[in-house]
Amino acid sequence: MNFEAIKVIYLTEMARTRRTIMQSIISPVISTVLYFVVFGAAIGSRISEVDGVSYGAFIVPGLIMLSLMTQSLSNAAFGIYFPRFTGTIFEVLSAPVSFLEITIAYVGAAATKSIVVGLIILITASFFVPLQIQHPVWMAAFFLLTAVTFALLGFIIGIWADNFEKLQFVPLLIVTPLAFLGGSFYSISMLPEIWQKITLINPVVYLISGFRWSFYGQADVSLWLSLLATMIFLGGSLAVVHWIFKTGYRLKA
Amino acid sequence: MAPILSVRDLEKTYDGGFQALKSVSLDIRQGEVFALLGPNGAGKTTLISTICGLVRPTSGSIHVCGHDALIEYRAARQMIGLVPQEMPTAPFELVGDTVAFSRGLFGMKPDPARIEGILKDLTLWEKRSNPIMALSGGMKRRLLVAKALAHEPKILFLDEPTAGVDVELRHDMWRIVGELKQKGVTIILTTHYIEEAEEMADRVGVINKGEIILVEDKAELMRKLGRKLLSLSLTEPLSEIPGSLASYDLKLEDEGRSLVYTYDTRAERTGITSLLTDLSQAGVRFHDLQTDQSSLEDIFVGLVSQG
Repeated sequence: MNFEAIKVIYLTEMARTRRTIMQSIISPVISTVLYFVVFGAAIGSRISEVDGVSYGAFIVPGLIMLSLMTQSLSNAAFGIYFPRFTGTIFEVLSAPVSFLEITIAYVGAAATKSIVVGLIILITASFFVPLQIQHPVWMAAFFLLTAVTFALLGFIIGIWADNFEKLQFVPLLIVTPLAFLGGSFYSISMLPEIWQKITLINPVVYLISGFRWSFYGQADVSLWLSLLATMIFLGGSLAVVHWIFKTGYRLKA
Repeated sequence: MAPILSVRDLEKTYDGGFQALKSVSLDIRQGEVFALLGPNGAGKTTLISTICGLVRPTSGSIHVCGHDALIEYRAARQMIGLVPQEMPTAPFELVGDTVAFSRGLFGMKPDPARIEGILKDLTLWEKRSNPIMALSGGMKRRLLVAKALAHEPKILFLDEPTAGVDVELRHDMWRIVGELKQKGVTIILTTHYIEEAEEMADRVGVINKGEIILVEDKAELMRKLGRKLLSLSLTEPLSEIPGSLASYDLKLEDEGRSLVYTYDTRAERTGITSLLTDLSQAGVRFHDLQTDQSSLEDIFVGLVSQG
């Protein structure tokens, strides 16, 4: 393993975060706090408890999940797309660096950033609502798995995209709606029966449900189903990344 | 001595069906400066990119210091530094950081003293804390050389190092190449400026339409293919070449005031002595003479237009 290469790519990516701290850290935190204020404080006061948890506290796991997914995705997508766009990727591709090392470095950096954002949101939320984390190990596991999985997905998008529009397409038009409709702000038991069934097609439901269970011990679907769904996501992303590197798709002529 | 870089029967056909390299074989000797000449689209950049791992070969093999570039790609790439034709840089990164980054990519531990040395050699030390976007075009090009040298490669590829740069920077680049050669770095440069090959190269390869059509010592090439011109400035203009001189390759130029004789330096007899004798017998007088050796450019144009 070329650890030195992983280190420099990772650190360079993290340095980019520091340079763009407004965009990378502060803006997702602010937008999440806005959700929190609007849905939690303003509207939430009119909504009764959900499964014995105050609405404000109920949405915290969903909000963290939402930003974890979108941040991992866009950070990783941009992280690999930008050097492709400027051409500096040639240096990485002509260095004695394996594709596995490239993936670890870029995906690791993107996941780190979104984890930092997620933690900041968690800490911020703890000032507004009484939080409890019943299963901290599970919570950490879902946190980590989701960050890595969506960073991998973002990495794939960043390689697939050949213009800025495509780069934005998947995060904005697919993942954000799925996350909103996946129970970030509600329990799917609040939906009419038919929609309860339809919503189970949405893979994000399982991620949010599992994550919320680790907080309050309550879930829309079973824990193992949530874990399975996360693993399928992760496995699928790994398979696609493996295929990309095997064929040199969009990276090597 | 075994070649430091050996390319055998390398072929590359791009997905669109365009065949950029046709059975290219090439050996590069350790420590030499090799100039790869060719018109635009000849396959120069494809050849370099394939050797450096940026393009997948369709068939054929590449060995760098005995390491197969596809199988033992780590060992092979470790030997190579690449300065690309375009100048891709991350605009916001700092000069010193980006050179350290390049070193790290090749798995080498940070070595600030060496980075300092490289930056000083390339007169970039003063700029080490500036973002790359603050550099001039010439500095950016030197920075790319610095990045390529950060891992102490044995072979340096310079893809069109002086395309679109001013005269001063071009000489600067020639100086840098000279210094690297002194240090024992093998240099392969592509160019379509013949002047550049003539100035720097030990050997010259000509590539056209994806085929290497010639590899030769530069001096040998000049001697071998070099044709010389003997121009005689005539005292009296001639309207036509006298019949007694028909056996010589002669041309009248400058409205008959100058007679140009083309001869081959390869030939055992250049025919100059007999020409001069025959001229005086034919009563043609001249008051001045000069000879011109064809430049690499003439040779190159001759080769490529044949192909």
